[in-house]
Amino acid sequence: MRALVVDDSRAMRRIVTRILEDAGFDVLEAGDGQEALDVLETQETPPELACVDWNMPVMDGLTFINHVRQRPQWRATTLMMVTTESEQGQIVRALAAGAHEYLIKPFTGEAMVEKLDLLGLLPAPTGDLT
Amino acid sequence: MTISTSAFTFVRELVRAESAIVLEPGKEYLVESRLVPLARAAGHPDVDAYVAELSTRRTPSALKQVVEALTTNETSWFRDTDPYTTLRETILPELARNRPRKQLRVWAAACSSGQEPYSIVMTALDTPALAGWRVDVTATDLSEEMLERGRRGEYSQLEVNRGLPATTLVRHFERQGLSWRINQSIRDRVEFRHLNLTRPFPPMGQFDVVFLRNVLIYFDLPTKREVLQRVRQVLAPDGHLFLGAAEMTMGVDDAWERVPAGRSSVYRIREEQRTCVPW
Repeated sequence: MRALVVDDSRAMRRIVTRILEDAGFDVLEAGDGQEALDVLETQETPPELACVDWNMPVMDGLTFINHVRQRPQWRATTLMMVTTESEQGQIVRALAAGAHEYLIKPFTGEAMVEKLDLLGLLPAPTGDLT
Repeated sequence: MTISTSAFTFVRELVRAESAIVLEPGKEYLVESRLVPLARAAGHPDVDAYVAELSTRRTPSALKQVVEALTTNETSWFRDTDPYTTLRETILPELARNRPRKQLRVWAAACSSGQEPYSIVMTALDTPALAGWRVDVTATDLSEEMLERGRRGEYSQLEVNRGLPATTLVRHFERQGLSWRINQSIRDRVEFRHLNLTRPFPPMGQFDVVFLRNVLIYFDLPTKREVLQRVRQVLAPDGHLFLGAAEMTMGVDDAWERVPAGRSSVYRIREEQRTCVPW
């Protein structure tokens, strides 16, 4: 599976990328919403997941999500907002715009993996522990 | 039952040396509630006796167990996902067909800070077959502090990040300062009560579903057996028991049978062991 990580902080991109790679994703990166749209245009098939920061220069995450949702060929991409914005109204806005999940910074790797599980983006377990 | 200062200091120094995590004074309840299962499993009456032996013998594997018990991360909402999917899609609809009184009772038997019982209530609310039903959850734990946290129903940003879908967060929680509080209508469905699983249970009535997840692993075999036998006494004859993924009844209390349900398994009392009729 492939994921696109959109964040203007290189350090944050590195953290999210590492978590996603450990979860089995190939990761693409972009530093703002416009760059992320440009990356998507170059892809023959869109990535299964995009993790998107809210506050970024050039184009913010909410605008990016609005753009993605208007393009039918990108409809299969699951959108997760990953941001310090933690007001209830902001979360509602992001979900209404088309974000599928919302992860508030700071977060642990486990929290992100649990969100991927909720979104059905983790490989099915191979063994039965019981 | 409270942990002594010397036992707390020993554990605090051990955890700090091994994990760099500092247990501030005031975390006695955490140390006690996490170590009680280990103390019991090692055959000690309380945590002080267990720590006293630990500090004398310093067995590396036992020390490691203590550090792990105290550094485990906070509980997740809808922990492991599958049990809650099974509850919503299989178990609750089945029970709904067999309960003319439109009432269900669920027991969360080691509820810690409340994520499990509240996840059960939210799951019931998402079960179409239970529209208009009354679902009550009894949540029990050994730690009064944990029960108090559960009753308040207030969680930090880090805690609501753990396994809680964003749609559920905005629907069932209210932002209060830096934390989030679960709505009154959900808090009202959960009764928090003190209970020690290793002692005879107080009168609790009968439950349709029991969550006893990731608790038995801390007990020795005879204690596991006693707990499972007592659970049978409070479970409806056609009720269901959920255990943790690494737990089972086989070889412990064979009056139970494991039944595949959805993507997980539940346990039911074998027909020949059912002592009373369904209500």
